[in-house]
Amino acid sequence: MRTRGLTVLLVAAGATLPIFIPWLKTPVILAINNGLAVLGVLVLIRAGQVSFGHAMYVCASGYAVAYAGRFFHLDGVVLILAGTLASIVLGALIGLFIVRYRAIFFGMLNVAFSMVLYSILVKFSTYTGGSDGMRVDRPPFAGFTFERSGFETTLLYVSICIAVLAALIVQRYFASASGQALAAIKTNETRLEYLGISARRVFWGGYVASAALCGLGGSIAALAQGLVTPETGYWVRSGELVFIAILGGSSQAIGAFLGAVVFEFVRLYAAAYVTGAWQLVLGTALIVIIFAAPSGLVGLVTRFGRGRAGGHAS
Amino acid sequence: MKRKVFVIVAVVLCSLMATLGYGQQKPSELKVGITTFVSGPASVFGLPGKAAAEILIDDMNRQGGINGVKIIPIFIDEGVGGDKLLSEYRRVVQEQGAKVMLASISSGSCNIVAPVAEDLKVLNIMWDCSTEKILESHRYKYVFRSGANATTEMIATLIYVLKMKPDFKTIAVVNMDYAWGRDSWELFNAGLKVLKPDVKVLAELFPKFGATDFSTEISRLQALKPDVILSTSWGGDLDTFIRQASQRGLMRNTLFVLPLAESSLERLGAALPEGVIIGGIGDHYFLHPETKNDPAHKAFIQKFRAKTGSYPIYPSYHMAQALAALKGAYEQAIKNNNGKWPTTEQVADAMRSLTYKGFGRTLHMRQDDQGLEAQLFGITKSVPEYPFKVLDQMMIVPAELVTPPVGEQSLDWVKKITPAMLNSNQLKTYQYTK
Amino acid sequence: MNLNLCLTAICDGVSSAALLYLTALGLTLIFGVMRILNVAHGSLYAFGGYLAATFGIVIAQRGLPPALALPALVVAAIIVGVLVGGTLEVTLLRRILDKDPILQLIITFAVFMILEDVQRLIWGSQPYFVSDVVNQLGMTTVLGITYTNYQLFVLPVMALVAFLGIQYFLKRTRLGREITAVTHHREVATALGVNAKHVSLLTFIIGASLGALGGALASPTTSLVPGIGADVLVLSFAVIATAGLGQLAGSAVTALVIGIARAFAVYLMPEIEVLVPYLIMVLVLLVRPQGLFAAAEVRRV
Repeated sequence: MRTRGLTVLLVAAGATLPIFIPWLKTPVILAINNGLAVLGVLVLIRAGQVSFGHAMYVCASGYAVAYAGRFFHLDGVVLILAGTLASIVLGALIGLFIVRYRAIFFGMLNVAFSMVLYSILVKFSTYTGGSDGMRVDRPPFAGFTFERSGFETTLLYVSICIAVLAALIVQRYFASASGQALAAIKTNETRLEYLGISARRVFWGGYVASAALCGLGGSIAALAQGLVTPETGYWVRSGELVFIAILGGSSQAIGAFLGAVVFEFVRLYAAAYVTGAWQLVLGTALIVIIFAAPSGLVGLVTRFGRGRAGGHAS
Repeated sequence: MKRKVFVIVAVVLCSLMATLGYGQQKPSELKVGITTFVSGPASVFGLPGKAAAEILIDDMNRQGGINGVKIIPIFIDEGVGGDKLLSEYRRVVQEQGAKVMLASISSGSCNIVAPVAEDLKVLNIMWDCSTEKILESHRYKYVFRSGANATTEMIATLIYVLKMKPDFKTIAVVNMDYAWGRDSWELFNAGLKVLKPDVKVLAELFPKFGATDFSTEISRLQALKPDVILSTSWGGDLDTFIRQASQRGLMRNTLFVLPLAESSLERLGAALPEGVIIGGIGDHYFLHPETKNDPAHKAFIQKFRAKTGSYPIYPSYHMAQALAALKGAYEQAIKNNNGKWPTTEQVADAMRSLTYKGFGRTLHMRQDDQGLEAQLFGITKSVPEYPFKVLDQMMIVPAELVTPPVGEQSLDWVKKITPAMLNSNQLKTYQYTK
Repeated sequence: MNLNLCLTAICDGVSSAALLYLTALGLTLIFGVMRILNVAHGSLYAFGGYLAATFGIVIAQRGLPPALALPALVVAAIIVGVLVGGTLEVTLLRRILDKDPILQLIITFAVFMILEDVQRLIWGSQPYFVSDVVNQLGMTTVLGITYTNYQLFVLPVMALVAFLGIQYFLKRTRLGREITAVTHHREVATALGVNAKHVSLLTFIIGASLGALGGALASPTTSLVPGIGADVLVLSFAVIATAGLGQLAGSAVTALVIGIARAFAVYLMPEIEVLVPYLIMVLVLLVRPQGLFAAAEVRRV
């Protein structure tokens, strides 16, 4: 129950604060879409697997948006769909090979594929803009042409709606038969096969879903930032996604977004206050959380809430 | 009744006129956001720019700032990568209220930042990056370049190389793999094809920006044995490349042409041999033959050495030019506005057709927001006065000779240049003097 | 594509492979014994490099005999291995041995993030290029190409010494055999009286020192900047994954293959140079996911 309160709080804050403090809009949009990508990683964690390469789907959709925008001059809504589709297709293709593997081998192959994509993007600069990246010029959105601030507001509300929708859909998925089958890959895969369910197919579905979520987040982020660079697909970014997943709490969808918001703002403000030692702060915080509060920030918040209400610890 | 109406109308009219004529209120301070490399290999280049900004802004503030308004610099690290730079840029403009941005060093950063500046309607002076494509592809209202662009720089380099070593047959290029590295080679190569078409290009190597190891490239170059090796690398990348090349003896039999190496002369010290062609992306040099005895220049060099322990290099000089352009534009705009504080648009208007000066020759700003800056070149020479190489056989090439006219695309213009350029009487030469 | 080109590419490839092998060796050793993929290994490489550079600067400034420069590199690596590696193992890693593998990975990733900032706080963000060692040792010309003696002789020799040394150590010394036992089956080894905790600590220190040695030996040839840890880690990972995690001898082979392939790429098609290691990794892992030299493991239920 507490998580619902937390969700309402986050949505309300996200929808109102940036209106009063306009420069917050872009960081909040980026945080929410980062959270979407983390949600994708959560789907994989449900299956007990971790990928240190999922930033490649964020990156691929961003570049798809950049290309489609440059050559076809499409509407913003179409661009987001195109970007997500690109990631879905890439995820489906790579998934065909990768779902045969588990644990460390799965992780390794993801890193390998993401580094191949990264290297291609960096080196073939005549086609990809190289390490400078590609600009994403502001398109019309749903038929309307916006100035920067109107565009940001639109993207903000679109992101919030999509995030809430995605979180609900993912929670439903986890509760459904396919979602339970996905969780069974972690607990006892052989028994799943004995039930007549193809673990590979279930995992493939989960993998494509995770790629889609990363792609969705990546497309909107590309539009908001107006830029896409190969760095968005570097393995350290993939690591950060998993990091945020654990930081926020891997059992609840809202954890992805809470973690993403905390991550983004610590990083933004550490630059100003702690002489840029944001990695030190966040790294230490994560280690403390893993030992002291394994269910992440969400766990902390709900535990705190429950304690205050005077209820029993359950 | 009539009298009351008259009084009311008069009051209303007066207050209307007062608000209209009041104009912009003079702020207590002017925040200027400055992007520079504070981390990574490029920081050996970015930190001198930052030091120069601090010295010069301090000087300006002590003399009253701009019409009494103090300048507050806010520094942003370009080394964090494109998308993080953008977030910081936006935050400094929107949250901290910077009214002018000086961005950036890297042509890649400039490509990214220019449209955002235009979007945010904030004045942006590109204080160091050279890619000519930005201002040629789009007519900007808020984006300016205070120094020269890649075309001016590379064609001037070509002139100097052809005059110093007119009969080379083969060339290889080792440039950083990003906008500047690619664009600078494109321009030089296009000019070379026109002025000396018989030269063969043996290799085009583009190691990544921030590469820390060039051993395989050096081996390859040793195998190919070109007459000339061109590299528009800068900062830590150039330092590493020269040190490794020097260690392996590559510099013994090949002429190295390094148009940005003025910024590395002191750091490289003995690792840089004699006989290397050096440029400064402008007429920047602490031993500038025309201005080294100017009292203002000498005072700046002294302050810079006291602050950093080194001589100023071209990022510092570029920063001086950009700040001079900023101050000049504001002062002109205030004059045009009858002493009232101007809007950003008014400053931008004043900046076009401005004349300003750093510590080299005087510069002019054109209608297309591009500055015109002379180019200085020289050949390294050992002298007992300094523990590092100095420039000898210097030449200064005026910008007007080597810059395409307003509205013409650089690559089209380059195809039309003629060898008569090499004999122009506007080229001035100087020998090294103590 | 003539013989000369091949030989020069091989020379270049061998020296870069030597550095790659030394770093990867530490990573794969630690995985073999502790079954933890230490993401912070890249930071150990960087610390080794920076400390070696600092020693080099001190030697130059204090006017100490230049012959100390090369041993100073090894000493720097050992200091980093013992201090940083040892502290890491004792305070953190031994407590996570029974945790979920995802958590283990993410904890080492958090350590990597922390150490990146610590490195920046200690040594700053400007590049360090301390190459006196290389300059002292001079140059040699082979087939018209001049190489530094450091890259042509010192690096491959050090890698060879490490390779043979590790084999000897594991097969002939008591501690080495204990390590092999724990790698094979921790519980049975403990039951036979091997102090697994002790063994883990020592192995981690050795692995960390090897990683730091890679950095220390690389520092005179290249410029040290923040971020090299990340690049080195993913490259070392490509080497050991292709060989098979925990395969010490196999890593030498894959390091050579990747090093030489990259050198050839620079000569023939420079754009794909950075792509080559990962392409090799993908192709090998798709066919043999356990790596070239590892036996296929039966997946435990």
